Amino acid sequence: MSDAAYELRVFIADDEAPARARLKELLADLRDEVATSVAGEASNGLEVIEQLPASGAQVLLLDIQMPGMGGIELARHLSGLENGPAIIFITAHDRHAVEAFELNALDYLMKPVRAERLAAALKKARAAGPAPKDRLERAGKRANAAAREFFSVAERNRIALVPVGEVLYLKAELKYVTLRTSAGEHLIEEPLISIEREFAERFVRVHRNCLVARAAIRGFERVAGGSEEEPHWNVVLEGLAERLPVSRRQWPAVKSVLPEATE
Amino acid sequence: MPSIRQNSHPDSLPDFRNLGVVARALVAVNLLGLAAALASEPVWTRTLDAFVQSTVLIEPPLLTCLAALYAAAPLVHRLPYWTGCALVVALSLALAAATQAALGQFADAGRGRVLLFAAASATTVLAYLTLHRRAHSPALAEARLQALQARIRPHFLFNSLNAVLALIRKDPRRAERTLEDLADLFRALISDGRDLVRLADEIALVERYAAIEQLRLGERLRMSWDLDQAPVDALLPPLVLQPLLENAVYHGVEPGTGIGDVLVRIERRGDRVRMQIENPSHAVGSPGGESMRAGNHMALDNIRERLMLFFDAEAKLDTRIEGGRYRVEIDIPYRTGRA
Repeated sequence: MSDAAYELRVFIADDEAPARARLKELLADLRDEVATSVAGEASNGLEVIEQLPASGAQVLLLDIQMPGMGGIELARHLSGLENGPAIIFITAHDRHAVEAFELNALDYLMKPVRAERLAAALKKARAAGPAPKDRLERAGKRANAAAREFFSVAERNRIALVPVGEVLYLKAELKYVTLRTSAGEHLIEEPLISIEREFAERFVRVHRNCLVARAAIRGFERVAGGSEEEPHWNVVLEGLAERLPVSRRQWPAVKSVLPEATE
Repeated sequence: MPSIRQNSHPDSLPDFRNLGVVARALVAVNLLGLAAALASEPVWTRTLDAFVQSTVLIEPPLLTCLAALYAAAPLVHRLPYWTGCALVVALSLALAAATQAALGQFADAGRGRVLLFAAASATTVLAYLTLHRRAHSPALAEARLQALQARIRPHFLFNSLNAVLALIRKDPRRAERTLEDLADLFRALISDGRDLVRLADEIALVERYAAIEQLRLGERLRMSWDLDQAPVDALLPPLVLQPLLENAVYHGVEPGTGIGDVLVRIERRGDRVRMQIENPSHAVGSPGGESMRAGNHMALDNIRERLMLFFDAEAKLDTRIEGGRYRVEIDIPYRTGRA
């Protein structure tokens, strides 16, 4: 009975209040089998991001379909946390959705949740700890074309979100990628190539190491060149004094974003 | 199986008050006139002359006949199918003969040819409309209808059951009521959907559905009802409003983190019934935006198709986005019981 002394701290995320109430009921019923305490509750993804890191939650019961930010994207952002929770996904969807999300690789429960399944999942989570980051990422990429809404920067005990729509350009430098918004810069640890694939509609590659938001492109400037550099085009972005060079190889693709700007 | 179904739906006379029926009759008879002209004058330039001339003898009896049938529709419908057909043919012949007697000097056609044309066109149009009705009859469309109707979202079912489970200990009475609502909803969903229902019944169903959604979503769903002017005795195909409200909640309320206002307004305007459902519109770029839109279109196409089946060209379904609100509007003829 050493278990009883050790309470598993559980965070509950579901947009429907009755569903959260039901989970709390079940956790109370299972008290003797798996001792738990509720570390927090949230009704959408952004609330989880705000509250979970400081709550000390060890397990997150996470509804996949939530407004604002879905469970799958949320899990990817949380995977950056140093002491992130183990995640048990919950879905009301049929098997097709489960397959689409590739949740088979992760732990998931179907709504309505059965007490014995919940107990088993909690025990497994307690033993296994957080899900491997790469699995979460793979699930996120499988989540049919649903590109993320945010980039996340995980700090020690906090997750900063940068809305994808605010990003003007991304530049790869050594191990990191710099995100530039009109407000400032952030560093994230993700290969540029996978970002390019995920957001093919939103960003266009202007250079080997640089993606630019299509919607932010205001025009192009010709650079005459000199002894050091070849003549080339620079791309001009909305609200940014900085100019980014377009490589000769990318020029035809980039030019077509704003057909009327040249010639 | 098909034969049993056919027997349960014997042929009946076309609805002479239906715009689609009237339009089809007008077009068909004029096409026949053109064909007759082509037969007598194979050279194209003269065909047209012949056709224009023959319209003097075609249009007056045609229009009078349609007007008479429109006026007498309730009476004609009480007749057995074949008696009704005979009456329509006789009426066409009488009107054609009268027209020929009065206006015969303006066109080059003898009484025999006029009567032959009238008889031929009346039977052709009746046969065509009967076939058209059969092709669109509930018996043939049934399979499709049921397939379309049975598409309640599993998402809704499981979340509702989950919500009821959460109620059982704390509020058993509300849990009971919710299960009763769910039962009514499913009874309607598995009904065969061939018969028209009273608007009052459809409204009751939609209110039950809304009660379940309210339980799940709490204050996030804010329903307003504007039903004071609703003609509760109007007839309409079953499950027209419920899927629309389901869409409104699924696309308009669930994706948002705030409060979603949904409005249901039904009113009678003269001989029309207008039904509107409004919900907040979420940007296409929002999570799952594209797939959600696709699902919405399937439901709308389904309803449009069923309205067509029951009201032909007289029903309208429009959607529009205005000021951040998505609105579906259905306009159907006001009908009560069989005349």
